[in-house]
Amino acid sequence: MSAPLLSFHRCCQRSALLLVARRRWSSSSAAPGSLLSRCLLFLAKRYYDVEMLLNWRAKVGRDRLQRKNLYYGYTRKFYGPEIASAYYILSLGGGFRFVGQSEWFRANSRGKFSWEFLNYKDSLVEEVDMSHTVINYTGLSNLERQQHLRTLKLQGCPEVDDWFLAGLHMFQDSLEELDISHCTQITAGGLAALRNLRGLKRLNVSYLPKISSPGLVIILLEEMLPHCQITAEGYDLSLRQAVEETS
Amino acid sequence: MRQKAMDALPGSSWTPFEINPNLPPETADIVIVGGGVVGWSIAYWLKQKEKLSKGMRVLVVERDPTYSQASTVLSAGGIRQQFSLLENIHLSLASADFMRNINEHLSVVNEDPVDLQFNQSGYLFLASEEVAHIMEQNYNTQRMSGAKVSLLSQHQLKEKFPWINTEGVVLASYGLENEGWFDPWTLLNAFRRKAISLGVIQCFGEVTSGSLTLCLIVCVSQVQMPNSMEYQPVECAIVVNAAGAFSGRLAETLGIGLGPKDSLAGIPVPVEPRKRYVYVVHCPDGPGLDTPFLIDYSGVYFRREGLGGNYICGISPEEAEEPDTSNLDVDHQFFEDKVWPKLANRVPAFEKLKVTSAWAGFYDYNTFDQNGIIGLHPLINNMYFATGFSGHGLQHSPAVGRAVAELILDGEFQTLDLKGFSFRRILAQEPMLERNIV
Repeated sequence: MSAPLLSFHRCCQRSALLLVARRRWSSSSAAPGSLLSRCLLFLAKRYYDVEMLLNWRAKVGRDRLQRKNLYYGYTRKFYGPEIASAYYILSLGGGFRFVGQSEWFRANSRGKFSWEFLNYKDSLVEEVDMSHTVINYTGLSNLERQQHLRTLKLQGCPEVDDWFLAGLHMFQDSLEELDISHCTQITAGGLAALRNLRGLKRLNVSYLPKISSPGLVIILLEEMLPHCQITAEGYDLSLRQAVEETS
Repeated sequence: MRQKAMDALPGSSWTPFEINPNLPPETADIVIVGGGVVGWSIAYWLKQKEKLSKGMRVLVVERDPTYSQASTVLSAGGIRQQFSLLENIHLSLASADFMRNINEHLSVVNEDPVDLQFNQSGYLFLASEEVAHIMEQNYNTQRMSGAKVSLLSQHQLKEKFPWINTEGVVLASYGLENEGWFDPWTLLNAFRRKAISLGVIQCFGEVTSGSLTLCLIVCVSQVQMPNSMEYQPVECAIVVNAAGAFSGRLAETLGIGLGPKDSLAGIPVPVEPRKRYVYVVHCPDGPGLDTPFLIDYSGVYFRREGLGGNYICGISPEEAEEPDTSNLDVDHQFFEDKVWPKLANRVPAFEKLKVTSAWAGFYDYNTFDQNGIIGLHPLINNMYFATGFSGHGLQHSPAVGRAVAELILDGEFQTLDLKGFSFRRILAQEPMLERNIV
C-alpha cells in the first residue's frame, strides 16, 4: 500500500478505537452531541425500551473490551508466561522486542502477525509498544512476571487510567522508560502511583487533558523521581496575567 | 358561588388539604434507616440484585438533608487492605475492585461519569520493636489474601522516604496497590444517583419508633419529618439499621437492650458515637507527591491533601480521654498537646506548620470489638444491622452493601463469607479484635 493510504487506514483504525472505548453520554462534553445522539437521549428519557437498548449497547461494548483483555491462562500454562504475553501484545495490535534482538514483532494494519515469535521460547521481552490499543487493568495481568521489561509505550491508550498506573508496580525494578502521553483518563492521583518506579529514567506525560494544574504536577513529579527525565509538552505553562484592580 | 363551584370541580388546582410531597409512602418493602454511604450502598445493591424490575419498594430514610453530622462526609476518605482479620482484607479488596470499575456499576445514561478523585498513594504503617512481629504476621495474612503489600526495613524506609525520621522504627508495611484516598461525597452521590435511577425512594425524616408485635417483628416505622410535628407511619417488611454513629440510639428507641439483664432482650447494640478530630495543616516544605497515608505506631496519622502543601492529620485519643459527643466542636488544644509533638517527631519538616482548618466527625464505634456488625438481630426477625464499623465504614461500603443485599434476598452470603461479623459473637461474648499495631 502507498504510504499516505496506509497512514489514513491506521488513522481510521485509531479513531474507530476511540469511538468504541470512550465514555459516551457525558453531559459535560465540550461539543454538544450530534443530532442522532441527542435524539437517542431524548427518547431514552421517555421510553424504558430505548434506555434498555442503550444500556445493552454499552454493556456489549464493555464485554468486547473485557474479552480482548482476558487473562491468557491456557497459553500461559502450555507455552510459558513470555509467549503468552507476546501473544497478548500481538493480538491487541501492539509490538514488542526481545532481549538481545533488534527487530520488533508487530501486527500489521489488518491485525495479522507472523508466528515466528514462537521460535524464541526462552527469550525475555524487553520493550513493549502498546500505543493506541485498548489495554486496560485486567490486560496488564497478562504482562506480569516480565522482569526484564525496560520500555513501555502507552501513547494514546483510551483505557489506561489511574488504577492501571498503580498496577505498574510489578515492573518497579526493571522499568526505565514509560510513555503515557495522550491517555485521556489519567489524573494527578494516578501520577502519584508512579512513585514505585524508582528505576525510571525517561517519562513522557505530554498532552494529558485531565491534569488540572500541569505546571505544579510536573514540578512535583520531578521532585518525586529525581533521576528521571520528564517530557511534558502540550501544556500552556504561561503565567496568567493578574486582573488589575481599578481603585 | 360560581367561583366556588369552579374551584371545587376537578381540573382546578385548589384542594382543601395541603399535601406534603416530602412524606414517605405509607407502605414499603424495605426501609433502610440511614442515608450514609452504607445505607445507599445497600439500597443500590438491593435494586441491582432484584430479579424483577420494580419488584420491591426500597425506602431510604435520612435524618439530616444537609448531612452536617454524617460520618461519611466528614471522613478522611482512605481505603487500605492492611488489616489483620481476613474478612476485613477481603472487604477492602472487593471495595477497591468496585471502585476501579465504578463506572461500569454506577453510571447513569445521560449523566457524567463518576470521578472519585482517587489518589493511588498507598498506606504506610510504621512499627516499633515491640509490635514488629504483629506487623509481620499481618503482612503474611495480607499477602495470602491477595493484597499487594511490601515490608520495608529501617534502611529501605529511609531510602524511599528521606523525610521520615526513622528513629524507633524497626519495620514498615507499605501498600503498593488498591490503597489510597478518595472523595467520600462523590461516592455517596454516585450510589444515591444510581439507586434513585433504579427506583429507590429517598425520604428525609427521623425514624422515631417502630412497633414490635408479639413475635417481635418491626412492622410499622414512624418517620418524623424534619423541623415539624408531622409524622408518617410506614408499614414495612424489613428494616435495615445503617444509621452509623446513631444506630445504638435507634436500637434503644425500638426497645432493644431494655429487657432483663441476663436475657437476650437485655443485650443492647454496642454502637455509640465517638468524636474524632481532623486537622488541616499547611507546610510548604513538607513531603511531596509520593506522600503515603502514614500511620505511626504512636497512633498519629497524616496524609497529603491536594497539591499545595496541605496535609490532613489526627490521632485517636486514649480511652480515658474520649471527647464529649454532644456536638462537633473542635478542640484545638488537642492538636497542640497530642498531635503536633508526635507528628514533628516523625517528620521533622512538620515542626514548621500552620493549622489552617479543622473539623470533627463521629466514628460509629463498636465498643465491643471495634469491627462491623452485619446480620440479623437474634430476637427481631426482620431487622438487619450494618453498622459499628468504627472508622472503616466508608472503605468497606460497596462490599458491605452487596453482602447485606445477598443476606436479604438470598438468605445467606454468596460472594464474601461475613458470618464472623454477625450478632452471635456479641451474644457469646467472643470479640473479633483487629490485631493492630496502634
